[in-house]
Amino acid sequence: MKRESERIRHTRTPVPASFLPSTSKVLVALLCLLFALSISCGKKKEDAARESAAKAERSGADLKVGLVFDVGGRGDKSFNDSAYRGLERARDELGVSFEYIEPGEGSDRESALRLLASGEAGIIFGIGFLFTDDINAIARDFPHKKFACVDYSVTPGQEIPPNLLALKFREEEASFLVGAIAALKSKTGKIGFVGGMKIPLIKKFEAGYVEGAKYVRPDIDVLVAYAGVTANAFKNPSKGKELALSQYSKGASVIFHASGSTGLGVFEAARERNGLAIGVDSDQYEEAPGHVLTSMIKDVDVAVYEAIKSVLDGTFSGGVRTLGLAEGAVSFVYDDNNRTLIDDEILDRVQQLREKIISGEIIVPST
Amino acid sequence: MSSASEQSRRFQAARKLAGVIGVPAVAIAAAFAAGAVFILAIGESPVSVYGRLFSGTFGNFYGLGQVLFKATPLIFTGLSVALAFKAGLFNIGAEGQLYIGTFAVAWVGFTLSGLPGVLLVPLCVLAGAAGGALWGAVPGYLKSRFGAHEVINTIMLNFVAIALTGYFVTHVYFVPETVHTQRIAAQAQIPRLEQFWPVFKGSPVNVSLFLALGIAVAVYFFLWRTRFGFELRALGLNPAAAEYGGISVGAGTVLAMTLSGALAGLVGVDFVMGYKYYYEGGFSSGLGFMGIAVALLGRNHPLGVVLAAFLFGALSYGGLVINAVVPKELVEILQGIVILVVIAGTNVFGQLAASFKRGRPG
Repeated sequence: MKRESERIRHTRTPVPASFLPSTSKVLVALLCLLFALSISCGKKKEDAARESAAKAERSGADLKVGLVFDVGGRGDKSFNDSAYRGLERARDELGVSFEYIEPGEGSDRESALRLLASGEAGIIFGIGFLFTDDINAIARDFPHKKFACVDYSVTPGQEIPPNLLALKFREEEASFLVGAIAALKSKTGKIGFVGGMKIPLIKKFEAGYVEGAKYVRPDIDVLVAYAGVTANAFKNPSKGKELALSQYSKGASVIFHASGSTGLGVFEAARERNGLAIGVDSDQYEEAPGHVLTSMIKDVDVAVYEAIKSVLDGTFSGGVRTLGLAEGAVSFVYDDNNRTLIDDEILDRVQQLREKIISGEIIVPST
Repeated sequence: MSSASEQSRRFQAARKLAGVIGVPAVAIAAAFAAGAVFILAIGESPVSVYGRLFSGTFGNFYGLGQVLFKATPLIFTGLSVALAFKAGLFNIGAEGQLYIGTFAVAWVGFTLSGLPGVLLVPLCVLAGAAGGALWGAVPGYLKSRFGAHEVINTIMLNFVAIALTGYFVTHVYFVPETVHTQRIAAQAQIPRLEQFWPVFKGSPVNVSLFLALGIAVAVYFFLWRTRFGFELRALGLNPAAAEYGGISVGAGTVLAMTLSGALAGLVGVDFVMGYKYYYEGGFSSGLGFMGIAVALLGRNHPLGVVLAAFLFGALSYGGLVINAVVPKELVEILQGIVILVVIAGTNVFGQLAASFKRGRPG
């Protein structure tokens, strides 16, 4: 318990407020001032012309990125941390600066987006489907700023403003592959799934996982449980542990979780029962070394990084973008850590399935 | 002789004023001083963090609007808890009551969408009050009929309310891929203050703020100017004496919890009719519990509740403003310290004043 809390605290070490040498900071400040002035006195046409001229010579140093995290916040070792890695990579490789907010209650999400949009940030990210309506409205209020929303939920009939990039993942494709691995690995003929909040987005993970398992082993028994029906279901490790212990007791040999920091409890249970678990979003091997069969990777960091890069390149455009196996945005972990857990026969089989999904031979259902 | 008594009267008046205004002010200052130590400890400058806190909240109209917006639901939940306190009941169930009330507002808003606004707006408001009232009446009845303690029952009913509304919004009434219901009818939506005062542009503060203030006045009149109010206060002061005086303890308990729940349920007017225009799962993370702190700090008086709600609203939004420079944990520590010092400090200073008074001859 103590170890756990120390580790979490360690990952939350505050980021130094300044990453830039002071001269370039002054430069940033001047550019921002210029930017603000030109917006305040500019006509639309002039603005557009100026913007396109600026695009060509934009370097990272004059872009500030704002990001608002999802409910779980930083330190969830998963979805939010993956987004944060994207920010760090953009800072290191592109030289951008960033600021972020971790909202508390529901209405904070909108306030936080608005706060960042009215500040210096040139592009503002909302991490998670809960931002959908808020970011759509705020993108309209700030037409000069760019917005991106990871897991944006597209509603038919709702128009997406041209300055908003809706990033979506085909999680079911990679879930299909880890489902196949779990089924092939299972000696008991039973595997488990622990979801966070019971919503269509998480159902995609479940659907792909079940489909993949049944594809390679039609007689497999998949136990399914969800941690709850509110956003808290994504940050309830004790509930996660309880559900996982129950599934292990019923004979499940592998459990896949898609539940934010609730999943930390699933790994705890895997350690305790000497079972196997499958991580989600990021490589979660470190959570329970030796007990993490693989992790279904959703490269939120790649999506965040690419979106920032497109702003610098001047290639940013709004609209929906879905990313799956073919784009390399979802995958599963196979490296030195888990090589001993997944033998070559299983790996070959799964790689074949991967090719079939990419070629369109297998179409994975999302519900 | 006369000048001495004049002086003493003046001294007393000044001391009373100092007690009402000065004590919380000193407590808040002490809290900020304590917070400064934490800010220094993580290597930030308290001056710049606090500067950002104040300029973000009271430095512009948008920030002010956000503070008012954050304060609105806290006025409702603070009044809810305070009214129950006055009747000697500890309502920890405001959270559950506001979940049920808010869902009821939305349900009426999108189900009876054919009705004209003149009917639909009051119906939605009543639905919120009725939903909360129902959820408050149950523990009230259990207490009066079976003597089951309201603290336990209201806590348990919180879980039931959150799970029940959560079930509705994920299984029955939801827009696919979201955790919210469909929108309420356009004529059920109430105006935002930015429509009258464009300086508030962007802030969702809406006319339910005036409803909250009006309800605060109504609660005052109810408690201190009506027979029922008198009876509830008598129950709170001494149930046995009240019963001896002809007041029904059972009926009073049910009435107090019902009204308390109704006040909490009105949070839905702000959230659904004035802000999101739909019900969203998990929309409140502790507004009902914050109501307890608001009521305590406001000393269970409607005016005190309103002022305390503004303070907590400012802390809540201010915390978000400084989150960009300091970690979220520090923001929460700051808020916790302010609450702790203000509540504990007020009592300590109050006791000091009381002992000072006792020590004075005459």
